[in-house]
Amino acid sequence: MVLWFLILIPMLAAPLAWIGQQWSRHVARWIAIGALATDLCLALLLWSQDHSGQVSGHGSWLFESHTSWIPLWGISLHLGLDGLSLVLILLTAFLGLIAIVASWTEIQSRVGFFHCNVLLALGGVIGVFLAIDLFLFFFFWEVMLVPMYLLIAVWGHANRRYASFKFFLFTQAGSLVLFVSIITVAFLHQQATGRPSFDYADLMRLTLSKEMAWWLMLAFFIGFVVKLPAPPFHTWLPDTYTEAPTGASIILAGLLAKTGAYGLLRFTVPLFPEVMSEFAPIAMGLGAIGILYGAVLACSQTDLKRLVAYSSLSHMGFILLGAFAGTELALQGVVMQLVAHGLSTGALFMLAGALYERFQTTDMRQMGGLWGVIPRGASMALFFACASLGLPGLANFIGEFLVLFGSYSAQPMVTILASIGMVMAAVYSLGMMQHTSFGPQRETRLAPDLSNVVFGALLLMAALQVLLGLYPRPVLTTTRPVMETLVQPAVPSSHLTHPPSDQMPSANLFTSHVSSP
Amino acid sequence: MLKLLWLIPVLPLAGFLVLALCGGRLSRRQVAWVGCGSVGTAAVTTALVSVDFFQGFPDRAFYQQTLWNWIDTSGMTVGVSWYLDALSLLMVAVITGIGFLIHLYSVEYLSGDDGYSRFFAYMNLFVAAMLTLVLADNLLLLYLGWEGVGLCSYLLIGFWYREPEYGTAAQKAFIVTRIGDTAFAIGLFILFTQLHSLSIQQVQTLAAEAWPIGSTRAVIVAALLLIGAVGKSAQLPLQVWLPDAMAGPTPVSALIHAATMVTAGVYLIARMHQLVALAPLVQETVAVIGLLTLLLAACSALVQRDIKRVLAYSTMSQIGYMFLALGVGAWSAALFHFLTHSCFKALLFLAAGSVIHSLHHEQDIFRMGGLRRQLPVTFWTFLIGAAAMSGVPLITAGFYSKDWILWSVWSSPLSHHWIWFGALLGTLLTGLYSFRLVIRVFFGEAHTLASGEPGFAMRVPLVVLALFALTIGFLEVPHTLGHLSLFSPYLSHVLPTLEIRAGIDESSETLEQIAVTCSALLGIGLAAVLFLPRFNFIERCADMPAGHALATWWQNGWGFDRLYDRLIVRPWLHLTRDSGEILDHGSKLLVIGAESCHAWLSHTQTGHVRWYAATVAVGTLVLLGLFAL
Repeated sequence: MVLWFLILIPMLAAPLAWIGQQWSRHVARWIAIGALATDLCLALLLWSQDHSGQVSGHGSWLFESHTSWIPLWGISLHLGLDGLSLVLILLTAFLGLIAIVASWTEIQSRVGFFHCNVLLALGGVIGVFLAIDLFLFFFFWEVMLVPMYLLIAVWGHANRRYASFKFFLFTQAGSLVLFVSIITVAFLHQQATGRPSFDYADLMRLTLSKEMAWWLMLAFFIGFVVKLPAPPFHTWLPDTYTEAPTGASIILAGLLAKTGAYGLLRFTVPLFPEVMSEFAPIAMGLGAIGILYGAVLACSQTDLKRLVAYSSLSHMGFILLGAFAGTELALQGVVMQLVAHGLSTGALFMLAGALYERFQTTDMRQMGGLWGVIPRGASMALFFACASLGLPGLANFIGEFLVLFGSYSAQPMVTILASIGMVMAAVYSLGMMQHTSFGPQRETRLAPDLSNVVFGALLLMAALQVLLGLYPRPVLTTTRPVMETLVQPAVPSSHLTHPPSDQMPSANLFTSHVSSP
Repeated sequence: MLKLLWLIPVLPLAGFLVLALCGGRLSRRQVAWVGCGSVGTAAVTTALVSVDFFQGFPDRAFYQQTLWNWIDTSGMTVGVSWYLDALSLLMVAVITGIGFLIHLYSVEYLSGDDGYSRFFAYMNLFVAAMLTLVLADNLLLLYLGWEGVGLCSYLLIGFWYREPEYGTAAQKAFIVTRIGDTAFAIGLFILFTQLHSLSIQQVQTLAAEAWPIGSTRAVIVAALLLIGAVGKSAQLPLQVWLPDAMAGPTPVSALIHAATMVTAGVYLIARMHQLVALAPLVQETVAVIGLLTLLLAACSALVQRDIKRVLAYSTMSQIGYMFLALGVGAWSAALFHFLTHSCFKALLFLAAGSVIHSLHHEQDIFRMGGLRRQLPVTFWTFLIGAAAMSGVPLITAGFYSKDWILWSVWSSPLSHHWIWFGALLGTLLTGLYSFRLVIRVFFGEAHTLASGEPGFAMRVPLVVLALFALTIGFLEVPHTLGHLSLFSPYLSHVLPTLEIRAGIDESSETLEQIAVTCSALLGIGLAAVLFLPRFNFIERCADMPAGHALATWWQNGWGFDRLYDRLIVRPWLHLTRDSGEILDHGSKLLVIGAESCHAWLSHTQTGHVRWYAATVAVGTLVLLGLFAL
């Protein structure tokens, strides 16, 4: 049941925040903060339980909740939590709090509705990370979309209508592909066993013909990659990230993109072992192209938010590269990159938002010499620019390097190509610093430096970057069992040898109901 | 005391953290104490550690200390671990010792600057990163230090951030070295994929077992590491960042050139010498790169106007000597030259800083002159530095190290005689450009009035370094001159000693030394003839068109900047000039397609009943026809 709490707390707090607005704007904000903080504490509590020595395996979850929903179609309310989803839920709750702090002064109109949408979207994201029934998964996948659309369309910048439409159409088209393939998989399960099933464990056991597996993998790939995104499905990204309000940009880049990555890791990679070896080089190549393409475009930008958006695209390339490398090291790198990118890009968007509040622009041609004006902001920008360019000792470095180390053994040439992105990352990150913080001061208006709250939030993210960069073990040990199962020799029959979930020890207080699928 | 090893890099790091987090609230005096004190205590700790190290030496040739497991997952185990042996102790001693003197000097040099605490924060981080680099037990931690050094050089070169050119120079330094770093990283990927380890010692043992000498893998990996080293050490073809790096405050240049950064490449190759030895082709390339760099840079140093740029090119040239020594297998000689070079180069930069300081930031040597009376301490220390750099025989340290290198080049089985002649030409050029500088700055007519000698904090480092520049060479005196050998036995536990090639007579060493001595003295003499105002020969040369063209070419560093500008920078700018993107046109096409479909279909909605009736009728007929068929 505790897993449902994780989803329901933000979802139920959402209307409360909307209603709370009529008393005071701060009520809405504090309700949102309270809900997310509770979620964060809950997730941390689950994490501390995780250290009790349980081993996660295929179809065996640290915590699980299973209730029948529509038995006729094999649909159930099945949630499962393993190391990967735990790490991502922690990230979601944390970045959700950051997004609310970043919106504190920026959002002044319809405050209650804003926080309502934020909470709904985050509840959907958490649902996506927990659902292991594909129908339920798709439900949450759609739940997070509409509030996100509203966040951009209502509180966005000048070109918000175009951006929000583009975002909605692209992601909805991706969802359609995903939905069709989910239905197909369930249907194929019926053909094979006589009953339809949307359950993850059932579908893992399904053996597909090679051709079928190829098409389904492609569909599952496209469905998730649109969200990630990677070229050529990314063109919604720069417009959307740029036009969205700061809080929504943080959620989009820090969390929505992660749902795409999560989908790839959870479904695309393990469900179709038959064609993995054929498909992997294509996906990895696309990843490398994404790294370079995003980096070149990031170098071309004059708008700060667009630059960060394209750098984000470049970083997502590492995720695609690592997810399909088929080595545990690369997969661990992917997880690290997910967390690290959430922190670094979230912080950069927060800084861009802070600049926008002060100078009503994110055009870098009108900035310069900000080190002398807002030293706190400029020094934090320097720190996160370093994180973004992959400076060793910070978390992004661990992610990128593990991905590259792990990918080299699979695809040396692609990995070398991807490594060139490191040079370009230096070009755009330092270029960003030069245009904003250094050089002669163009903006003569005096602006207040970052407020203590924003500065504190950024310092916290910086501390996490350093901590994970020098001591990544907490994350890596949590996700390692999951990643181990992903690279096990993927012969379909071997799935049967894994212990079914009901044989796993369920000595945990939180496990409400453990049943065999 | 060996257990204190971890403190050595941590102390400057702590200094950085204190200054970065609360530097704004400290008084200048406190900032100076923290900034200098952290490096000073690191130097003292180094002394304590080395006492213990020498007690066990040579029975216990190394000491390892693991702080924590950095990465431990999926077959990769990398610790934050230090590895102290003769080589790293030498590096640590130079970094902390000379680093401390430079910090002390900066206390006064930057006393009027706004960014006082920022400066010391960056400097402390620089020292910490360099210490991490040389103490790292594995290549990933070394890479951390390696990139950290790059970052700090970026921050310090662009320290005066309001000047856009300085920012450009800083970015150039970081990006050019990052190209090398990326090659280095790819080398690490290959090493790890093949040998499943990143420990420096283990990797080399495994490589020696797995790869035969000259095997393709060994050559590729060694070549990639070499590219990394070439980038950091400013050797051909990645040398272009160093002259521009003079944008930073002068103590920064001293730190970059003497104690940190540019020597990192030399250290890397020396540290990975077993691997480099597996790839003779690469080792030969190291020698050739060293030779070419030392000659090209020496020529460029001859014609610069900016005092710091002369010194920058001289560093490239001297590092070229180190690469040359590494390339011919004279590992210890390379490190001996590193030791002497860091003393006299730090001295030269600090003395140059003292000149610049007293002339209110004047750096053009043609506007200087006659300063020897006004700045006696600076003059004498600078003279000692220049003499050491040119290798004035017997009394300067530079002579002993350079002579060792040249003798190794002559006698090494890996070398050729033409390389030796090139290196000999280099000594002549060194004497020439060093004393051109001395003569232009300190002799002749005074063009400007100096504001007087620097204070105590700047004078002490100058005098101490001058003493080192004179005496440190006695650690290794060749047997033709009395034979005192302390340095080579010390390093022989880490680095292999050079065998003499068959057919080389040891008695020829004296002859060789005489040649080197004559060449250096000839260079100095020529400088006096060419540059002393009363002869005025060189100005007549430079007035000729050919001489002028040559001088301009050399002054611009042999046109490498222009070449890279055409080959890389301009195509890159062309590529990135447009902030739009091609792939977005695809989605725009969809929009246009949908809109035109809409326009076309909306034509059918005319509102005329006749038209509707007709289309219904035609549609029915078509459908019926299809059924009938």
